[in-house]
Amino acid sequence: MLEKLLDGPKTYYMWLIFLLVLIAGCGLVYLDQLQNGLSVTGLSRDVSWGLYISQFTYFVGVAASAVMLVLPTYFHHYKKFKRMIIFGEFMAVAAVVMCALFIVVDLGQPQRMLNVMLHPSPHSVMFYDMMVLIGYLGLNIIIGWVTLEAERHEIEPPKWIKPLIYISVLWAFSIHTVTAFLYAGIPGRHYWLTAIMAARFLSSAFCSGPAILLLLMMVLRRLTGFEPGKEAVKTLTIIIVYAMCINVFFYLLEIFTAFYSGVPGHEEPIHFLFFGHDGHLPWVSYWMWGAVIMAFASLALLIPPKLRENPCLLPIALIMLVLASWIDKGLGLLVAGFTPNMFEAFTPYMPSAKEIAVALGVYGVGALVLSLLWRIALGVKMEVNHMND
Amino acid sequence: MNKSRRSFLKVAGFSAFALTSGMAALSGVAQAQIAPGKYEPAANALHAKRWAMVIDTRQFAGPEDYKPLSDACHAFHNVPQVPGNQEIKWFWLDSYAHVFPDDMNAHLNTHSRESMYPLLCNHCTNPPCVRVCPTQATYKMEDGIVAMDYHRCIGCRFCMAGCPYGARSFNFKDPRKFLSNPVPNPEYPTRMIGVVEKCTFCAERLAVGKLPACVEAANGKILFGDLEDPNSTVRQALAANYSIRRKPSLGTQPGVYYLI
Amino acid sequence: MYNAKAVIVGIIVFVALFTSPFWLSMMGKDYKSTGIELPKGEKDCIEDVQFMRDQHMRLLNEWRDEALRKENRVYVATSGKKWNISLQNTCLKCHNDYKGFCEKCHTANGVDPYCWTCHIIPQGSK
Repeated sequence: MLEKLLDGPKTYYMWLIFLLVLIAGCGLVYLDQLQNGLSVTGLSRDVSWGLYISQFTYFVGVAASAVMLVLPTYFHHYKKFKRMIIFGEFMAVAAVVMCALFIVVDLGQPQRMLNVMLHPSPHSVMFYDMMVLIGYLGLNIIIGWVTLEAERHEIEPPKWIKPLIYISVLWAFSIHTVTAFLYAGIPGRHYWLTAIMAARFLSSAFCSGPAILLLLMMVLRRLTGFEPGKEAVKTLTIIIVYAMCINVFFYLLEIFTAFYSGVPGHEEPIHFLFFGHDGHLPWVSYWMWGAVIMAFASLALLIPPKLRENPCLLPIALIMLVLASWIDKGLGLLVAGFTPNMFEAFTPYMPSAKEIAVALGVYGVGALVLSLLWRIALGVKMEVNHMND
Repeated sequence: MNKSRRSFLKVAGFSAFALTSGMAALSGVAQAQIAPGKYEPAANALHAKRWAMVIDTRQFAGPEDYKPLSDACHAFHNVPQVPGNQEIKWFWLDSYAHVFPDDMNAHLNTHSRESMYPLLCNHCTNPPCVRVCPTQATYKMEDGIVAMDYHRCIGCRFCMAGCPYGARSFNFKDPRKFLSNPVPNPEYPTRMIGVVEKCTFCAERLAVGKLPACVEAANGKILFGDLEDPNSTVRQALAANYSIRRKPSLGTQPGVYYLI
Repeated sequence: MYNAKAVIVGIIVFVALFTSPFWLSMMGKDYKSTGIELPKGEKDCIEDVQFMRDQHMRLLNEWRDEALRKENRVYVATSGKKWNISLQNTCLKCHNDYKGFCEKCHTANGVDPYCWTCHIIPQGSK
């Protein structure tokens, strides 16, 4: 089945070459970072985590979101998702690869990263994070590959895959909960120290991940004619809407607790995000307000069925949703955790150009993995004529 | 592929996997002692059940009084002077509002409000940084000191996110570039790029019977001793004076007390 | 054989590359000894020469864990002599010529330890 990734139209190869060039170029920037240390980033003593960890957090969510397809299909025998589910599982693989890479580029001593396994620390959430992410990667590769192979031979997948699939459903929830625990157990940072952090993470993941998947499927339909199915798209969109509503609701809950209680530790990070400090609006605030507008606008386009089912409006709504959740979970989460700092002072953070370049390189690797895996899946679909209903 | 070849490959694959994972597991597990000799603590080492520090801020007239302390600390430990916000500091000063934000109020007496207070790692009894470190590169020793092993640190900076007191610094750049050549203290190593560092309560000095560098430079204005020994200087000072600690409500049980 | 020309040329190139360490070294200098300069004065190291040659890195790792994690900063050697556990202040006090001692053996064996990024190198610059 692997040979299918070598088989494609000219545009496919141009895309792969573009990605390889992007990865190579950004890889050179990473070499600079290896040489000169993380001083090439915009990080500081006060804001010690930034773009890399924020992208890691976001893409763990995207990886976990495959469960929004797997759960209905295998727990509730919802057949409509069956044709497109492989693309979700492969997207999860690409997302986990990106997560791992984001951690690696964030480390100060990356060549020592195996120390986490050589010296297991059961009291550290990051140890569990590494283990569950590797486990999830393995699960999705195996499940995706075996089910795809079975589809190719037009037989039922082997019986032993079913327990693995059930485990993967629970595992998906756990990877993002563990990632949320990275933040939710830190006593000093009040923006993070909230029980609802894991719930917020999950709701944000379950709207943004499927939204990204749907957008990519639309691109795929345009490029190859693969039809995910009108019913499947409809159901997935409904799942996205509910998840986004819960996501926005949870954020409003945070705002209520912070501002009704009036406790400065809770108020100040959110205040900084939206209103800056000392009357001076940082660049973050513009993005955050943009996220708020886009979040509500996307809901306005998604909640009414007439608008939701409009094929021209749906991509716009989804793009706004993805951007809004990306800004909240990427940018807002990290900046608000470190600003104000532990001395109640404000150290601004902006990712440097090199930092963004390295992040783009990791995006390139993710896109490459996704393209290759989806090419294989598409090849199989074409071979057994599962391209549409 | 015929059945027997397939089953052979399956068995071969499983065996290879089991063998290598067995070997990999053994590599991390504690092994027998390499050296033929024995290990023991130094004869003149100072011991305590829980080291703690009491800083009598009333005896410091102003920030210049603290300068010999931070100079002594940073010189002894080859702490680099990095300009900008990617700096490294083990012992430094800040205002009351920044050191004790929970305690701050607008009508605090002028002297307290305008004085500078020293900050350092609090060597908590319940340290969040130790809890979150994925490699145990930072760990709590039996005597209460939260120590660092720079050889094992992978530079993930989770400890920096976890510390509620902002006590930790990361080597964003090569520290040797910001140190004189030769370094201020050739008997103590520097750190490398990409690891986190902080005050160590001078564990290496305690091991040879000396008090921490800042305590020595403070000439009695900072007390250092065993919190679990009711007769120690620190316990006596705490019994006789009102003391506060930084962010006590977080439950970290810091080991640095301030007499205000 | 299918594609015989390409296959045979490929095999020859592969064998040449695979055995290159052997025939390249035969063309190079003859290795006699490292020519390390032993420290003047002290006759005894922590343990005997063979042990130190084989295991000094492992010993240092163990020293590190004992000193940093268990606060055992004294090592009692088999000879009974007590040594302070410190790379810089014990080992490098006697072996204080980096270029003459440490570097020669390390270069000859193709080892590049990064101890010197933190531990202060004796005398020689890095």
